[in-house]
Amino acid sequence: MPGSVQSIERAAAILRLLARGSGRLGVGEISTSLGLAKGTTHGILRTLQDVGFVEQDKASGKYQLGATLLHLGTSYLDVNELRSRAINWADALAARSGEAVRIATPLDGKALVVHHVFRPDDSLQTLDVGTLLPLHATALGKVLLAYDTGLAADTMKSPMEACTRRTLTTAAALRSALAKVREQGWAAEAEEHATGQSAIAAPIRGYGGYVVGAISIAGAADRLCPSVAKADQTQVAYVLNAARAISRDLGAGRW
Amino acid sequence: MAAHYVMSVDQGTTSTRCILFDQAGRLVSVTQREHRQRYPRPGWVEHDAMEIWRNLEHIAPEALARAGVEPRQVAALGIASQRETTILWDRATGVPIGRAVVWQDTRTDSLVEQFAARDDAGIVPERSGLPLATYFSAPRLRWLLDRTPGLYERAERGEVLFGTMECWLIWNLTGGPDGGVHVTDVTNAGRTLLMNISTLKWDPELLEFFGIPAAMLPEIRSNAELYGTAARAVPGVRITAALGDQQAALFGQTCFGRGEAKCTYGTGSFLLLNTGGVPVRSSHGLLTTVGYRIGDEPAVYALEGPIAVTGSLVQWFRDSLGLISTAPEIETLARTVEDNGGCYIVPAFSGLFAPHWRSDARGVIVGLTSYITKGHLARAVLEATGWQTREVVDAMNADSGLQLSTLKVDGGMTSDNLLMQFIADVLPAPVVRPMVAETVSLGAAYAAGLAVGYWPDLEGLRRNWHRAAEWLPTMPAERREGEYENWRRAVERTFGWQRPAAHPS
Repeated sequence: MPGSVQSIERAAAILRLLARGSGRLGVGEISTSLGLAKGTTHGILRTLQDVGFVEQDKASGKYQLGATLLHLGTSYLDVNELRSRAINWADALAARSGEAVRIATPLDGKALVVHHVFRPDDSLQTLDVGTLLPLHATALGKVLLAYDTGLAADTMKSPMEACTRRTLTTAAALRSALAKVREQGWAAEAEEHATGQSAIAAPIRGYGGYVVGAISIAGAADRLCPSVAKADQTQVAYVLNAARAISRDLGAGRW
Repeated sequence: MAAHYVMSVDQGTTSTRCILFDQAGRLVSVTQREHRQRYPRPGWVEHDAMEIWRNLEHIAPEALARAGVEPRQVAALGIASQRETTILWDRATGVPIGRAVVWQDTRTDSLVEQFAARDDAGIVPERSGLPLATYFSAPRLRWLLDRTPGLYERAERGEVLFGTMECWLIWNLTGGPDGGVHVTDVTNAGRTLLMNISTLKWDPELLEFFGIPAAMLPEIRSNAELYGTAARAVPGVRITAALGDQQAALFGQTCFGRGEAKCTYGTGSFLLLNTGGVPVRSSHGLLTTVGYRIGDEPAVYALEGPIAVTGSLVQWFRDSLGLISTAPEIETLARTVEDNGGCYIVPAFSGLFAPHWRSDARGVIVGLTSYITKGHLARAVLEATGWQTREVVDAMNADSGLQLSTLKVDGGMTSDNLLMQFIADVLPAPVVRPMVAETVSLGAAYAAGLAVGYWPDLEGLRRNWHRAAEWLPTMPAERREGEYENWRRAVERTFGWQRPAAHPS
């Protein structure tokens, strides 16, 4: 078994220290309390600040627990913030791919559409921000399920409704589809939600690679993705590039 | 043959950006550098013009390098700039005389009052199409000339030059003291109070009124023609367009037809309506301005409604009240409630711009009861931008005799769906966001490309425009009218709050 990671132990100690007492401490006080070099302490504090676990008071320069810690498990990233950060990349993806773009995050066992860019052909289209899509039947949903085992288990426990003839309705079929998503890094949906319509989606990652949402292009099945094995690879590359660009903006280093 | 691109420079209030566009109007590379905001006294806002020129010298070659493009592959360069900012410099050395006085600067308020008190003050709106206000360049220019002894005489001899930001950058790009071209364009010249809106030339009587020597002024050119060839930063590149940033956005949104309008939602917001070939005089508090002029073609005019505080109200909510941690969270907070709970915020932080033009107004929050939560306040913050848009659109419809059918929008606040829906609801008219959000840069690129035949005509540009999102009105008319009535009552309560200060005579 590998040994424990020292910097994580130290980070945990800093958080405990900040959670105790008055809450606001300077870098000197923290390093003295924990017997750490000031440089080391500062480095850990900066990382904790980047992920939102601690905040620095502008006036005094002292550190305290960050608001993100209080909401751990409820909202990782504000959906309106996500849209604002992604909007330019989503526009560029729509312009390149010629297809409609959507961004979704999980909500109450569904995929909530938080951003929608029209297909750039100036045809009549309706904004569907706020729509809830079934997780098991959409490319967006499959991405969200693939990187959230708890959500995937819950989805498979309840009956999975058939939206079309090709919807995956068994736990086994979905499980193997999700494994494929993790293996290739993107998801395809071939007429599984609506007949004649297909989609390609990829994960949007935040700090440390944590998946915060999914971005997709959707369009006519015959040109985009006639079957899950035959997704247009140029389009897949466009989606992956957009997803990586947004992830980089959100602070996901190596993606 | 190597691919060709158009380079666009957007010299804005807080930063300078350089973007390369391809023929489909798609963004190829972007570089950006911020410059320092200087606030030496209350009401004063200054930039260092030399810092801005150095930033451009740095980011323009960088934009080429990032895309692996040689200067010879750049078909043309266009400049969009912050408007009304006033720069003086020494023709022989190229060194700015003092700092650039920025459009937000209100140091000339008592000077403007003195001008306004004169019997012949009526010629200013009559000739320039603009009200006499601290917002425009001429009072600033006069203030600068008055402040330094001997400067006026040097300006008369042509040793000291005046320009707005595009003029300063073109002069420097084309060689500066070594043969720099001293030109401006109709949209920027039109914001000085010194240009005659009908002849599109410096008006001798306006120069006389403000006491400005003609020798220091740049030559006024169209928005799309060859001004000169760059000798510095991007040597050999032809400079073929300059527009004020808001006119550039109108052009980038391809509002080429009479009756087409756009609104750019940023710190403040600017609504421009294309009124065609004749300047429409406003009797409802709007500015008459040149929209654009392509080469020798007749000028296209616009009505403009500037709104001082929109995005900056959200920033205030974030930074001064601390109720949200990022600007987009305003939408999340606003959605925690169904409506404004009877609360209205009128952000007359330093008076109200269009269509009221009340410098004595100050902000109010009305309708406070114990029922009001921060969610209601967040709603009221967003609604303030919606209602201010409505007021400007009403004034435009009244002045132009046109009925706005669709509003094209751009700028950072367009990512706020709740706000965009609210604007559609209160106008009521469809609100449409284009796929390229960078409409200011795109507009300058379009004008530059048109001048050299990179794009054949306006119709070709129109085909590059695509709808990215559209919001349709859904609010019942009765509710809309009731809310508008409440908003207007709230606005009335801002008037006259600021008592006139005793000015040193």
